[in-house]
Amino acid sequence: MELTVGPNQFFWSAGDWSSLYQGLAATPVDRVVLGELVCSKRLPFYQKDIPEAISPLVDAGKEVILTSLALVTLKRERKMTDELSEMGVMVEVNDLTALASLPAETAFAVGPLVNVYNEGTLRWLASRGAKRVCLPPELPLSSVKVLCATGAELGMAIEVWGHGRLPLAISGRCYHARLHGRSKDNCQFACEDDPDGLDVLTMDDKPFLAMNGVQTLSDTYASTVFQLSALRDTGVSALRLSPQSTGFANICTTYRALIDGADPLDIATRLAEIDPSARLSDGFLTGARGVDWSATTAAE
Amino acid sequence: MHIDPPPSDTPPPIPRAPLALRALLRVLPLTSMSWSLTAYSRRLANRHPGLFRRLGQHDQARFILDPTDLPIVLRLHPNRGVPNMAMLRKADDYDVAIRGPLAALLGLVHGAYDGDALFFSRDLVVEGDTAAALALRNAVDDAELDLTEELAQITGPLAGPLRQFSALVERRTGVCLHRSEEAGLW
Amino acid sequence: MVMEIVCPAGTPAALRAAVKAGAHTVYCGFADETNARNFPGLNFDRDEMREGIAFAHHRGSKVLVAINTYPRAGDEAIWHNAITDAKTAGADAVILADPGLLAYGRDRHPDLRLHLSVQAAAANADIINFYADEFGVKRVVLPRVLSVPEIKAINAETKVETEVFVFGGLCVMAEGRCSLSSYATGESPNMNGVCSPAEHVQYHETGGALDAKLGGYTIHRVGKNEPAPYPTLCKGRFKAQELTAHLFENPVSLNAEQLIPQLASAGVTALKIEGRQRSRSYVAQVVRNFRAAVDALEAGQPMPKGMMARLSEGGATTAGAYKKTWR
Repeated sequence: MELTVGPNQFFWSAGDWSSLYQGLAATPVDRVVLGELVCSKRLPFYQKDIPEAISPLVDAGKEVILTSLALVTLKRERKMTDELSEMGVMVEVNDLTALASLPAETAFAVGPLVNVYNEGTLRWLASRGAKRVCLPPELPLSSVKVLCATGAELGMAIEVWGHGRLPLAISGRCYHARLHGRSKDNCQFACEDDPDGLDVLTMDDKPFLAMNGVQTLSDTYASTVFQLSALRDTGVSALRLSPQSTGFANICTTYRALIDGADPLDIATRLAEIDPSARLSDGFLTGARGVDWSATTAAE
Repeated sequence: MHIDPPPSDTPPPIPRAPLALRALLRVLPLTSMSWSLTAYSRRLANRHPGLFRRLGQHDQARFILDPTDLPIVLRLHPNRGVPNMAMLRKADDYDVAIRGPLAALLGLVHGAYDGDALFFSRDLVVEGDTAAALALRNAVDDAELDLTEELAQITGPLAGPLRQFSALVERRTGVCLHRSEEAGLW
Repeated sequence: MVMEIVCPAGTPAALRAAVKAGAHTVYCGFADETNARNFPGLNFDRDEMREGIAFAHHRGSKVLVAINTYPRAGDEAIWHNAITDAKTAGADAVILADPGLLAYGRDRHPDLRLHLSVQAAAANADIINFYADEFGVKRVVLPRVLSVPEIKAINAETKVETEVFVFGGLCVMAEGRCSLSSYATGESPNMNGVCSPAEHVQYHETGGALDAKLGGYTIHRVGKNEPAPYPTLCKGRFKAQELTAHLFENPVSLNAEQLIPQLASAGVTALKIEGRQRSRSYVAQVVRNFRAAVDALEAGQPMPKGMMARLSEGGATTAGAYKKTWR
């Protein structure tokens, strides 16, 4: 099983952004997807650093893929999307608009924000040139199983969300800007202060969601630590790890150890040490609801 | 943060049940009323089979219909299309209670009011199994019931006077007693 | 040409009410997980669909069948059958979101008209033209994230008809791109055709204050005289930093009635009303108002003023993303 690093979902300073990718060259991951997923206004801050980030990763033997935006509406965003394939690396489609603008016969990857729920959609994507698909995190294990079988038939690699806050929704409205009483056009980059998103609590102070500009994420960090053997059995070929500000290189190493046969209970302990404040979940795969965590359910 | 202005129109108030009806219900014998209501509801079930079919998995739920301006509540048990009804002094043994002024409940049945609108304005309160309440609301809305007409059908020679009386009460009290052609009271 | 009013019908009675009130077109769905309003007590069985379509056609109205959830892997046949049955029942078009399902419609029913559901959130001209080239989509229901000038720009660049929401419940997230509901309850619009489902709703009234919970999360708390909230996740009250507020969206519903002239000049073909979960009386009232509005527009008269606030969630309405400041 391989490890893919997903695109950083958050807005980090150009310096932090570059150090993330410098650090990844030395980690035991197979693939790195980078670029701007969430908000087109963030890209100019680090756009010029992208080629520099790519080459050491390629030198270290990682496959590098460039993501599209998750929601393309503005003219400027359409232009950005059009230009993706000019970077000379494979494109990960996270809004079908990116597929519309790819030259015919171009191989591409599909990210978790494209609605791939069934065999019909997988077949259609294969017919258009898709080589690998990271499934939407919402899918239960039973769907993953069917899609892996179809993927195998089509020669397509199937990846699932392995670790990190879950991307639950994308919007035209910027919630960070709204929180600060600003409009999206004049957001003053309010999301920059929250490198892992801003915690959103319920009325009775339960942690629930995390706000990240136009994106809404889960409070919990999804983790496949207790699902690995089931996923391996279904034929999943890669786990996606989503960058976070605390101990991310360490998380990559830890998941590699898991894949190489370490005891899941030890791995869960290690994860808790890396980021003690993180609450974990794996409910989308096997629970009654996304937020559920099988370790808790098993203990009850 | 964007705050929308409050709505500018004020809907007509929902009328309250007449005092005479409240007084009458305090003295009516509950057992025989329950028996009559059950017979009446079974007749409805026969004439509108879709009504209880639409309840789907909720057809064994126990519904309390609570006209908050009357001294009684009704309990409906759809029982897979062979319904039972009881008139009670207070709600007990139920899955969901739907509470509101009699006029709101009858207006809902007769298509004069919109359930969601009554709910948002808190003229209607749901307590318990919200999904069952929704199923009943949707099933009743589709059945296009006319409770006066259903009663008239079984009262034989009294049908004419009943219709006249019902129309009179409706005019005097504003309580909607027959099906309206989706005219809307708001 | 007069703008087409596209009305919701959650039941056969609502369909008849909408047609009688002047709906040019009615949309509805089968009573199962194939449509995005899979609510208890709602929707049409096969016979009701056939009869409903016959009723509408007899009075000159069209019927669109929404099959706009994403088929479950391994169970695609349920969705395929829904398309075939809609066609057999005489549907004027099916409203689809899933690419796999669109491909099925294109291949198996080439003469069936395909509309792209709002659940596909096609938000720019490139992707809309792509859906047209790829699947032969004839109309797109635009996501509610676009402003009027953006809609106008889209229409300038595509031949695909556009349909926009003008009234009813408002999604603040891009439609079909949201799994908040399954995160909290296990059921989502994409997979189950429900959002914040009633089965997971609990209300607690204490001393006049009303708590509304979804999946155990308290996402509303209102005082005695405030409007009752349905705990739709994105319209809940939440806390972040020092603030307690409707962080995502106020519990408002969309009313773009006054924007109809602008939408017309932006090249919009059809105006869509949300609310298959609403009563026949609501449907009739809203249809009548919007029909009067488009007829007035056609006759060169001003828009009729002020309606329907009471029908709206929370009693308050917004023009939503159609005005750019919404973002």
